[in-house]
Amino acid sequence: MDKIMKYLCALLDWIDARFPLTKLWNEHLAKYYAPKNFNFWYFFGSLALLVLVIQIVTGIWLTMNYKPSAEDAFASVEYIMRDVEWGWWMRYMHSTGSSAFFIVIYLHMFRALLYGSFKKPRELLWLTGMFIYLTLMGEAFFGYLLPWGQMSYWGAQVIISLFGAIPVIGDSLALWIRGDYVVSDVTLNRFFSFHVIAMPLVLLGLVFVHILALHEVGSNNPDGVEIKKKKDEHGVPLDGIPFHPYYTVKDIVGVVVFLIFFSMVVFYNPEMGGYFLEHNNFIPADPLKTPEHIAPVWYFTPYYAILRAIPSQVAGVFAMGLAVMLFFFLPWLDRSPVKSIRYRGWKYRLALTAFTISFLALGWLGMQVAIPTYTWLARVFSVIYFMFFVFMPFYTSTDNDKPVPERVRYP
Amino acid sequence: MHDGEIDKHRRRFLTTAATVVGGVGVAASSIPFISTMMPSAKTKAIGAPIEVDISDMKPGERKTVKWQGKPVWILRRSQETLNALSSLNTEVRDPDSSEEQQPPYAKNEYRSIKPEYLVVIGLCTHLGCSPSYVTAADQEDLGPDWKGGFFCPCHGSRFDLAGRVFKGVPAPANLVVPRYRFVTDTRILLGDDTGTG
Repeated sequence: MDKIMKYLCALLDWIDARFPLTKLWNEHLAKYYAPKNFNFWYFFGSLALLVLVIQIVTGIWLTMNYKPSAEDAFASVEYIMRDVEWGWWMRYMHSTGSSAFFIVIYLHMFRALLYGSFKKPRELLWLTGMFIYLTLMGEAFFGYLLPWGQMSYWGAQVIISLFGAIPVIGDSLALWIRGDYVVSDVTLNRFFSFHVIAMPLVLLGLVFVHILALHEVGSNNPDGVEIKKKKDEHGVPLDGIPFHPYYTVKDIVGVVVFLIFFSMVVFYNPEMGGYFLEHNNFIPADPLKTPEHIAPVWYFTPYYAILRAIPSQVAGVFAMGLAVMLFFFLPWLDRSPVKSIRYRGWKYRLALTAFTISFLALGWLGMQVAIPTYTWLARVFSVIYFMFFVFMPFYTSTDNDKPVPERVRYP
Repeated sequence: MHDGEIDKHRRRFLTTAATVVGGVGVAASSIPFISTMMPSAKTKAIGAPIEVDISDMKPGERKTVKWQGKPVWILRRSQETLNALSSLNTEVRDPDSSEEQQPPYAKNEYRSIKPEYLVVIGLCTHLGCSPSYVTAADQEDLGPDWKGGFFCPCHGSRFDLAGRVFKGVPAPANLVVPRYRFVTDTRILLGDDTGTG
């Protein structure tokens, strides 16, 4: 036994002389000090990584049987579902994974809004995260065309037409994206290329940068206190604990609970009542007929509701784009000296509550048929949505913030 | 110039020159990557004109045919329908078809060559969904004043029976009239208008 350990140590020394293995392990796990007061909201970063791995692995396996052509795509997905051993599982893991990805990411982003994790010195961390979010939207959009069902087809038609609404260059841009005058086999083939290689590569690169940025500035925490300000004689933050084993173990608990819920959907309710897999998408794409009621998958519906609420094409597309892009400016819109909601005044609390309700309400409205009452509701909630950002410099700089403690409170 | 002495001026010139030349090269190499994504020769070739037989159409009936991958509607309108069109002039955004959404020979009251037959591309000018044909008698909730027309399920845009867009809906323009001509009284050639108007 001792002998084996000795050889292993020698091997590690041999590697360390050639590759910084121990150094990496220490810097990112064993000697990466994270605040000791993480709570429930701090599960979603590592869960997002887990879902990314699930998507990549099941995606590779799906690609083994999927055929990216207008002629064969729909049938090949049915083939995977019916004839390929465990093909249904591969496909449902992947389709549930896409919704799970957005659930986890939205909660991860909400955590940042709660505890001010986007504020100085984490502006770049927030920006790289936003780029991940945008890339993820692209990845989801490209992937959604692949089953070549009715929703795939008309969803892509609508989203590409959004680019067509841009003045002057719009038409050429839409043509360039499609590679054809309509959404066709050509479009499907290139979306496959984007979905399986281009976007995942970008996503992995951004995730790497995101984690690098996180480990440089260090994690924020529910108290919004910078733990690096108080260190012991060894330079270790007084309120920090090593990520490994403390948070690796904590995150494993999160993973287990997550996988229980995830498996419940995959095995018992993979369509999730039409929210994860839309009913109309079980009908092959028909370029001549739009389904009676079309709506994007749930994770895009808040923006879709904003688009529909505005009775002008260019203004609608602009508002929709702005609704996403405004998140980028949060670090500079928020003028409060306080990070965490625990020490914020009533104004930010009220604004965040109103914003959260609006986001959820818009998400619901975006799935409904646009009757006039709903359109008016969507307009009201869109206004609240934008007010959250536009008035942020004013209400955050005049808020009755409370004093922030020197050290984190436990828990 | 002596050995070991660095001419910073010269070095800066060389760095700049190399950056500019390299940059031009990189920019130039983006051309094939952008161009490859445009419609190929094969894609452009598809979309030849097609002939449609309309001899079996009854008044009020709509026919959908696929041309260049898009739905094209041919609607046979009754005299009653044609008379009612002018009453909607105040409710539609572009009653006189002043925007170029049609060939010159369809820029008229009825937006067609023969008033009886409307030929339009069945894609909403908002975001490209295909609207549904809803007659006045249909049990859809489009209000008591609905005289028949097209309703887009995606974002609620409405068009009248000449494909003119109503005010207050997201679609910015009238439905597009493709180029076409009548080969005989009962046959339409889509995508070719040589010799017309």
